[in-house]
Amino acid sequence: MPGVGKFRQHMLKRYDHAGFFDEMLDKDGQVRPHYRKFREHFKALTPQEFDHKRHSVDVAFLRQGVTFNVYGDSAGTEKIFPFDLLPRIIPAKEWDFLERGLTQRITALNLFLHDIYHEQRILKDGVIPPHYVLSGKHFRREFAGFNVPKDIYIHVCGTDLIRDDSGQWLVLEDNGRCPSGVSYVLENRRAMKRSFPGMFEDIGVRPVEDYPRELLRMLNHIAPAGVADPPVVLLTPGAYNSAYFEHTYLARQMGIEIVEGRDLVVRDARVFMRTTKGLQPVHVIYRRIDDDFIDPTVFRRDSMLGVPGLVRAYRAGNVSLANSIGTGIADDKVMYYFVPRMIKYYLDQEPIIPNVETYLASEEADKKYILENLNKLVVKAANESGGYGMLMGPKASKEEIEAFRKQFEADPRNYIAQPMISLSRHPTQVDGEKFEGRHIDLRPFILYGEKIVIVPGGLTRVALRKGSLVVNSSQGGGSKDTWVLYGDE
Amino acid sequence: MLSRVANCLYWMARYIERAENIARIVDVNLQLLLDFRNLNDQRLADHWMPIVQSTGDEAAFLALHKKATGKNVTEFLVFQLENPNSLVSSICQARENARMVRDQITSEIWEELNRLYLFVRSPQARQVWKESPTDFFQQVKASSLTLIGLTRATSIRNEGWNFSEAGKFLERADKTSRILDLRYHTLPERGLPGAVSQTEALEWSAILRSCSAWDAYKSIHSAEVHPRLVAEFLLLNEDFPRSARFCIKELHHALRRISGVPLGRFSNEAEKLAGRLDAELQFSTVEDIFAQGLHLYLDQFQFKLNAIGDALFNAYFFQSFAVVDEQVYVQQEEQQQQCK
Repeated sequence: MPGVGKFRQHMLKRYDHAGFFDEMLDKDGQVRPHYRKFREHFKALTPQEFDHKRHSVDVAFLRQGVTFNVYGDSAGTEKIFPFDLLPRIIPAKEWDFLERGLTQRITALNLFLHDIYHEQRILKDGVIPPHYVLSGKHFRREFAGFNVPKDIYIHVCGTDLIRDDSGQWLVLEDNGRCPSGVSYVLENRRAMKRSFPGMFEDIGVRPVEDYPRELLRMLNHIAPAGVADPPVVLLTPGAYNSAYFEHTYLARQMGIEIVEGRDLVVRDARVFMRTTKGLQPVHVIYRRIDDDFIDPTVFRRDSMLGVPGLVRAYRAGNVSLANSIGTGIADDKVMYYFVPRMIKYYLDQEPIIPNVETYLASEEADKKYILENLNKLVVKAANESGGYGMLMGPKASKEEIEAFRKQFEADPRNYIAQPMISLSRHPTQVDGEKFEGRHIDLRPFILYGEKIVIVPGGLTRVALRKGSLVVNSSQGGGSKDTWVLYGDE
Repeated sequence: MLSRVANCLYWMARYIERAENIARIVDVNLQLLLDFRNLNDQRLADHWMPIVQSTGDEAAFLALHKKATGKNVTEFLVFQLENPNSLVSSICQARENARMVRDQITSEIWEELNRLYLFVRSPQARQVWKESPTDFFQQVKASSLTLIGLTRATSIRNEGWNFSEAGKFLERADKTSRILDLRYHTLPERGLPGAVSQTEALEWSAILRSCSAWDAYKSIHSAEVHPRLVAEFLLLNEDFPRSARFCIKELHHALRRISGVPLGRFSNEAEKLAGRLDAELQFSTVEDIFAQGLHLYLDQFQFKLNAIGDALFNAYFFQSFAVVDEQVYVQQEEQQQQCK
């Protein structure tokens, strides 16, 4: 069969897996055990069949409007998040390891948040220098002493994981405010099931479809005490937000209302939504608006997206929020540096998944090292996400480095630096035909309700540009379906 | 149901209906011109200007174009985004409203509307238009009808359905009345019109075709086209789904289903006005209407529709969602969703 020949040529002969950790092939170019069954299925496809499937997935995404809006682009530009049909596969034993590591991490982060908004033991005991916490942009001193429902701060966490050139898993960052991307996990899976219906059962892929139900279960769990069958809503910034598709998607899957700030009013410290039948009570809000914008009477006064009085209702215990207010301090990139210490301090354990080696620009010695090695390091602003405000030293021009140096020196507290990690690579279709290795990461989604639930899988993002390490969709990234197997091969 | 959601569904239905009506008006009139001879600039302007006037956007048109040529008018009515009521603008707004309430509409409806939107915004749309305007309009009309069918076939009959029905029929009644008004300047100001010339008969049949009423009309009146019969059919026919009477009856019933208040009573201004207009159409003859003057009657009819729209807004939507500060969009974009 000519198709098989062509496939082999691309995938196995010309495919260059050297120099990096390749997810599918080992050092000797042999297919790793957990990819073997998939390879068998895949080999049976001709390139024409494969192209046809890829094309129909793209068309389906555009037609369904599975898109994101591009920041700073003229109003309403929507793009589909490029999707690569080769799935990333994780065997059961590795997933068990990740699950334990992520559970440990979110547990420690929640204990940390509870602590710094109450006794601040970790600061008093000198484990973390207090000024790092107290001067943090996202530390909400207004909530010191406040008890959040069920003592849970981060209900939904998207933790970014990478693997280095030896295949070692590392935590790149924690996203404990409004992590997004889970809708792509669900939509990617749907697309894969449509395209390759035969593979799933045979290969033994764990389902991800439970996510919306688990999310709703968590939201019900945190409802104010004594409220049976609490009305839950999703609060969105609105249709112009980049993740608006995801907001409507999740609301629909959960069967709850999606509201904007202007749909809600607060009366007597209780939250209501405006309906055609008058005001209806709301008890739990899954909010996808930043703290700063959530209530103009407390935080940013110019916010037009928030709900005046919402914080008062929250304080009165009449409405619960997920995530809680003030979680931003825990996913600050400076605080990231201290997470291994938090794990040790609160749990008396070693981190199961280690951090990437990190330098803090506010420490004199580290700052000196960073400035001398700007061309070797990845430097990131502490409070930005989405790949904004960051320098990739080894890939930057001299001018870019000098421009960044000025920015950096003006506000060192705002930066951290890390060595450039050679992210693992995965075979990916490029230019619509051949397969090449492209760098990937993984964002699993962790739900913290009655118990901690991690849906098996997550969003695998892939840097589609050759050699690029940036997986962000705003900067040329795409995604893959992530398959967690029941077994190890 | 959230007021904002109800409002979006109402406007989504209105804009879809609006786009389809524009497609029909422009299509029919382009074809009509093929039957005329000796067209000079003035004749053309006489033909096209009333069409612009019928949309109520005369001022906007004159701000953008000097002369009412076929090219200018069709561009204005079909593609021009500066005209908020152009066909493409209407589809964009229908889709924007749908996007705001995506969780509330079925994926079938969303995908079809999104497909239509992607089509009219694509370079391919211009290409189709250049080669054959009729093919272009055919696609738009077919898509609009598909949407109406999908809505009927897939939507649960809840409040949202009733608001979208109300929007659709309010818009349709308005458009039917405006299309009927296109040739008013050929009619006496008051009283029944006399015999009509062959050209005039063609123009009146174009009015019927613009309302997709030609076949239905013929089945009742054979091929005899007379303004009196056309007006009677488009305003007072009980069974034709685009007649004013039919639309107002459906609108009235949709409002009743929303509030649950039985016929013969009312709980808000919108129900009162819709009920009154419904009764008026039931108990009018075309002679009454011509005695008053068709143009004046239609003018008042549109005024009443606006009043119903306003009353609906006050009864259920409370606050204006249409006009939003630019700053809101900036802030919506600013919210960093951690990812991507």
